[in-house]
Amino acid sequence: MTTITADHHGDHAHEHHDADHKPAFFQRWFMSTNHKDIGTLYLIFAIIAGIIGGAISGLMRAELAQPGIQYLQTWAQFSDGPTATLDQAYHLWNVLITAHGLIMVFFMVMPAMIGGFGNWFVPIMIGAPDMAFPRMNNISFWLLIPAFALLLGSTFVPGGTGNGAGTGWTVYAPLSTSGSAGPAVDMAILSLHIAGASSILGAVNFITTILNMRAPGMTLHKMPLFVWSVLVTAFLLLLALPVLAAAITMLLTDRNFGTTFYDAAGGGDPELYQHLFWFFGHPEVYIMILPGFGIISQIVSTFSRKPVFGYLGMAYAMVAIGVVGFVVWAHHMFTTGMSVNVKMYFTAATMVIAVPTGIKIFSWIATIWGGSISYKTPMVWALGFIFLFTVGGVTGVVLANGGVDDVLHDTYYVVAHFHYVLSLGAVFGLFAGFYYWFPKMSGRMYNEFLGHLHFWVFFVGVNMLFFPMHFLGLSGMPRRYPDYPEAFAYWNKVASHGYEVMAAGMLIFFVNLVWSLVAGKKAEGNPWGEGATTLEWTLSSPPPFHQFETLPVID
Amino acid sequence: MNKVKSLVLAGLLAFAPTLAMNGPALAQDNAAMAAPAAGNETAAADSAGNAAAPAAQAAPAAKVAAPPRMKPTLGKGMPMPGEITLQKQFSPTGHTARWLHDKMLLPIITIISIFVLVLMLYVMVRFRRSANPVPSKTSHNTVIEVIWTVVPVVILLAIAIPSIGLLADQYKPAPKDALTVKVTGYQWYWGYEYPDNGIPEFVSNLLPRDKAEANGEPYLLAPDNRLVLPVGRPIKLIITGADVIHSFAVPSLWVKMDAVPGRLNEKSFTIEKPGVYYGQCSELCGARHGFMPIAIEALEPAQFEQWVLSQGGTLKAPPATTAQAPAAAPAAKL
Repeated sequence: MTTITADHHGDHAHEHHDADHKPAFFQRWFMSTNHKDIGTLYLIFAIIAGIIGGAISGLMRAELAQPGIQYLQTWAQFSDGPTATLDQAYHLWNVLITAHGLIMVFFMVMPAMIGGFGNWFVPIMIGAPDMAFPRMNNISFWLLIPAFALLLGSTFVPGGTGNGAGTGWTVYAPLSTSGSAGPAVDMAILSLHIAGASSILGAVNFITTILNMRAPGMTLHKMPLFVWSVLVTAFLLLLALPVLAAAITMLLTDRNFGTTFYDAAGGGDPELYQHLFWFFGHPEVYIMILPGFGIISQIVSTFSRKPVFGYLGMAYAMVAIGVVGFVVWAHHMFTTGMSVNVKMYFTAATMVIAVPTGIKIFSWIATIWGGSISYKTPMVWALGFIFLFTVGGVTGVVLANGGVDDVLHDTYYVVAHFHYVLSLGAVFGLFAGFYYWFPKMSGRMYNEFLGHLHFWVFFVGVNMLFFPMHFLGLSGMPRRYPDYPEAFAYWNKVASHGYEVMAAGMLIFFVNLVWSLVAGKKAEGNPWGEGATTLEWTLSSPPPFHQFETLPVID
Repeated sequence: MNKVKSLVLAGLLAFAPTLAMNGPALAQDNAAMAAPAAGNETAAADSAGNAAAPAAQAAPAAKVAAPPRMKPTLGKGMPMPGEITLQKQFSPTGHTARWLHDKMLLPIITIISIFVLVLMLYVMVRFRRSANPVPSKTSHNTVIEVIWTVVPVVILLAIAIPSIGLLADQYKPAPKDALTVKVTGYQWYWGYEYPDNGIPEFVSNLLPRDKAEANGEPYLLAPDNRLVLPVGRPIKLIITGADVIHSFAVPSLWVKMDAVPGRLNEKSFTIEKPGVYYGQCSELCGARHGFMPIAIEALEPAQFEQWVLSQGGTLKAPPATTAQAPAAAPAAKL
């Protein structure tokens, strides 16, 4: 998108000496104010959380591989002691689904996308030396550690029938209030509070950085699309998370101080919680996917050696998705007994989102059209993203229909839909971004063969895992069930095998990661050639500790 | 836990006569079913009475015997192994909704997905570096951008019109003569009450695996007591939750409505054919969320009336008496 004046990247050789003085280990990693180091910390955190969240889904797929309860009772002995009852085993199931959801949303996708790639590349792409508030950036990251510790710790304290918070990631009242005695749910709520505060601080930082610290000549309409995506995401975070904070604060006071915000017996309403939660929750799904959109735009343009097609349309499609994303929340609540007129509105409004999403899909294809594609690993992941996100998007159009949702709501069809847009959308975006920027971040090339192998194994695995869930949902299998009737056995078995294939793919990823860090070939400043036009490719790999001490000038 | 158990026990004890009758009837329900289906009202009552004869002695209090427990039909009102699409529908809204999904949404989303896939495969092959070494510099084309904005809008409008129609149809208020049944979700069972007929609430629990298998009913879908409803008559369910939110769902009747504490949600529908229609709780409600199944047993009106009488209920025919009966029953209940 941008062209850079030539006399600027000549400077790096000598800039390197002054800019590359790094503090000592503890000061560098524990008291960091450097956006790249904090970005690295976020990425390491997200990988660890991803391993834990992914392992939990492995436990769930193992239990669901066949009808009946096979392992839950054994596992329940770890969380509830040797006398664990069958009900405690069932409760453990709810703890697993809750933990999987919360970890993947708040501790994997968000930290990786916004904290990791956002921190690393937003300042560089706009030609800034660092984030606007470097110390606030540090506290944003370090708040995640106690948040995650609280969530993991909640598993070992009473939460109703058994240990742990078994409310689902949505934490619906009154299951989360009168239905879950014990400190586990309080701990989970506090965890969300802290993670939310972390994200709000991060959002403030990104908005300030992007609006105030762009290099001379970098107008808003010249910003790379990844920066646009993070800007829109930051606004969504800033507007949505306080609503979540309010909703869960009222949960806390209902639980502990005798208020009745969500209790009809005291004049409250359980539905109020759902409205507040989804007013946050729906923008939240765009918070998770929009940075992915940005990453895909950069990659598609780089490896097609073409500027992004319809740049303004792409940028404002994201703005439109962000805006409309705030007025469609109640499509998550079609079966709660809303009036028919409200359902009609939310049906129509939800379908509107398909239009800007369609613009994005077609613009990506148009970017490739006429290009000169090199099939490097990031490009392969980006292409996978475009197709799988389309599949996840069209099932969203089905679910948008309030009348049809009466049978699909809370079934595996919904699980399939949101895993196609998140597990296959956001996660494909993450891997695409990771391979794309790995040489820049580490200074070493990843292994191209292992990258491709990772893609193919993962692609086959996740499709095997999630596509059959459409069938399960259509034929009526409800979500959040540890056991199911015989009729659902076949596709559940296929899905569990799909998990095994996916896990093998992840193994390849970690082998590649370790091998590349240890023995990867040294990366040039710009390993991707003439298609890579954003500012990070004008720097060395890895970039100097402080970049752009003299600001670049954009034509 | 104990409270729940004692509640369940109380529920079971209250209907011990019904259960006792159902037991033997289950074994021969096929034979028993054949007669009422063909015969008239009295014949149905007689044959059912005969079928349940051994049990009738154990429960002399009941004047009219309940119709025998209907045997589920494979593939009707339940999912089938390896099934890849929606369950067969047995209500008018179900037909409309399934038409919208099968004939409109599914083809459209399949075509869009395939269109995107083909387009991608084409550009991936045509514009690979070896085939197209020099990239074009095109980055705008207003015509194509307008097209890919307007065409999706048109497609969405085409979907929205029948979809909004379906909603209007689905949420039409029930007519005056509809049968009202109150459904209450508990942790972790369902309660059914027939205020129109003065039948107090009875509860419906998961049928244990051995019993379900002995009866030839699908485990985890089959409850002990079913929600018995008439065929062809509009039904109005008043759905609520007693403790946390549950959701009353029967896929083959296109019914799903949350049971929210403090709210009375209404769901109306009409069942077209006699049969057993299974469903499961569809809102996370705690430990045994997956173990509170739903079954609707839809009977011909005559058999339904027989069932109502067998439960000690009254028929609605003389309005003066029914006005008192439902008033008395809930009062006694609460």
